Amino acid sequence: MTTTVTSHRTRPPAQPATLRARRLPWYAAPAIAVAALALSAVIVYGTDIGGPVLVVVLAAVLYLVGLFAAANAVEGRRSARNRTWSALIHSAFVLAVLPLVSVVWTLVSKGAERLDVNFFQTSMNNIGARDANGGAYHAILGTLEQVGIATLITVPLGILCAIYIVEYGRGKFAFAIRFFVDVMTGIPSIVSGLFVLAFWVLIVSPWFNDGRPSFSGFAAALALSVLMLPTIVRSTEEMLRLVPPPLREGAYALGVPKWKTILRVVLPTALPGIVTGVMLAIARAAGETAPVLLVAGGGAAINTNPFENNQSSLSLFVYQQAGDASRYAPARAWTAALTLVALVLILTIAAKLLARRNRLSR
Amino acid sequence: MGETPHRSADAGTGGTRVTQSHEWPAGASARVAEAPVSTRSPGGAGLGGGGALPRSRKFGAERAFRGLTLAAGTAVLVIIAAIAIFLVAKAVPALRANTENFWSYEGWSPNDPEPKFGIGTLAFGTVLSSALALLIAVPVALGIALYLSHYAPRRLGTALGFLVDLLAAVPSVVFGLWGRDVFSSPVRDFSIWLNQHFGWIPLFGGDGPFGASIMLGALVLAIMVLPIITSLSREVFLQTPTANEEAALALGATRWEMLRTAVLPYGRPGIIAAVMLGLGRALGETIALALTLGITFGISFNLIQNGGNTIAANIANAFGEANETGRGALIASGLVLFTITLIVNITARAIIYRRREFTESAA
Repeated sequence: MTTTVTSHRTRPPAQPATLRARRLPWYAAPAIAVAALALSAVIVYGTDIGGPVLVVVLAAVLYLVGLFAAANAVEGRRSARNRTWSALIHSAFVLAVLPLVSVVWTLVSKGAERLDVNFFQTSMNNIGARDANGGAYHAILGTLEQVGIATLITVPLGILCAIYIVEYGRGKFAFAIRFFVDVMTGIPSIVSGLFVLAFWVLIVSPWFNDGRPSFSGFAAALALSVLMLPTIVRSTEEMLRLVPPPLREGAYALGVPKWKTILRVVLPTALPGIVTGVMLAIARAAGETAPVLLVAGGGAAINTNPFENNQSSLSLFVYQQAGDASRYAPARAWTAALTLVALVLILTIAAKLLARRNRLSR
Repeated sequence: MGETPHRSADAGTGGTRVTQSHEWPAGASARVAEAPVSTRSPGGAGLGGGGALPRSRKFGAERAFRGLTLAAGTAVLVIIAAIAIFLVAKAVPALRANTENFWSYEGWSPNDPEPKFGIGTLAFGTVLSSALALLIAVPVALGIALYLSHYAPRRLGTALGFLVDLLAAVPSVVFGLWGRDVFSSPVRDFSIWLNQHFGWIPLFGGDGPFGASIMLGALVLAIMVLPIITSLSREVFLQTPTANEEAALALGATRWEMLRTAVLPYGRPGIIAAVMLGLGRALGETIALALTLGITFGISFNLIQNGGNTIAANIANAFGEANETGRGALIASGLVLFTITLIVNITARAIIYRRREFTESAA
């Protein structure tokens, strides 16, 4: 990777010929770093324009410039570019890790405050601004019910749709479905919430609710279905395509009809991958706030019936508590956020581990 | 509906399932977009000895199952159409009741006896915050993706890649809460510093208060889309053929030159797709922005003063006290958002479909 002696930077003949290009000594980079830090401290505190943070930022810039200059002088321009970009890429990594670590740390430290049995056993019913207790039982229940119903709706629909795309669909129509599944992946969650609000809550639900629109957990489940469907179709589709053709051909050769081949040979082979996709979709849906906010209504009391009256959900609970003026609300919000993240991450990790054991995976 | 003419034609000519499956080998089903070419000669009814086999039933399980899958596939198109139709149906009455220009009026009071609301400021805020977020997130995300795929030791890269995938799954409300409770104070300090030293630039002017600004919203948004862009582009970078990379290195390229000449050009469509998907997510982000922005109405390029608003955040904030016209107005604004994201997504997909080899990874 170093430049060779045949490069355009030939040495004068007086010098002893060497087969290695000149390189910066190992201590050059740390030395430049220390020098940059010192210079930056002198500049910042000398002109009094900022504090320690600015010193570090300015030092990083000076380090990059110094490194480029030194490498340029000793090793040549190409190597200098290489070093600078390498340093930039490493610093991008550090820059991104900082806030993400902060998110995780805050989540754990603030979330632990209310992480008690009471939190998981009570609802917010009759909890006033001065009450320190109160919990998220109703919200956890709501999340589980809404996501469960959404899964029941989406999984059959999504898998059948993927089967159509992979096994039966031909020509422009199948292409259009595929294309719009992809486009549907990008529909904002709030738009799906508005859709269910306009369609279910405002138009359909008055039919069986004495003419008044009614918010419900089922409406939230519908909105989540719209968000889950494309994810499930896409992942199932990919898994079906990975099923080796000889398996299908073997079944056809035995005289098995196509539909039976799909149900008895293709789907079982692809099943672990499909389950992974479904779990990832569930994890995504469980974290959605906006659609639930619009159509579930929220509520402080436990409501086990998803088809009637307002229901809450964990993410909505976090949002509501975040906007609550009570001094005990932030702690509740953070604990609920921790619970939500734990739920989502457990699902995600389980899905990824399952994907790793999948024999079909690439 | 989804069948090509010659296929339904041979259902009546005694074409049996056996000959069909010869004609449609399962491997061919992997290519949906390519129009199938019949390998059968025009008079080839006897190819598989079809006459000796039982005729296919007209209403068998096969047809029922195929019909079922076709219905499921059509459901996707129906849902997308229904979204557009119902949003329009609920938006039109509110737009009729609007006494000001929907595109240019700066303000949002649709609940008044004389409803007045305009999308201009909201659309401006949406585009501004998303653009800023991408401006911050894309270089950093590409840096991390390159680090994970080509700089970090293999095992560390895999482990960290897994971690990035997990971060992409963290719900947005958590980022919003963090942005409001934790991140806003360093951003406020930074804003005050910018205002003191660079106040002469209009972007950083104003007399405060600072903190709950477009900058905070854009930074939180950037942190949120970072894992998405990173994990997609990392996968694309990992797919670069090793032969290309080794060829570059064998010609004496430094590592950066190898990345620039072999990896980045190969991954360009994938990068574009990742950025567009990140943009789609940023445009539609609701809760994180509803929690971090200081909600105001007005078009201003000032990044650090309290203020800013987006279509989605406004829906979340104003929904609680909206009456019927208010809801219609919010649905109208959602329709605009839907159109914007639809355009962004279709563009992204068109780019991906042009280079089909990336479809699998850039989903």
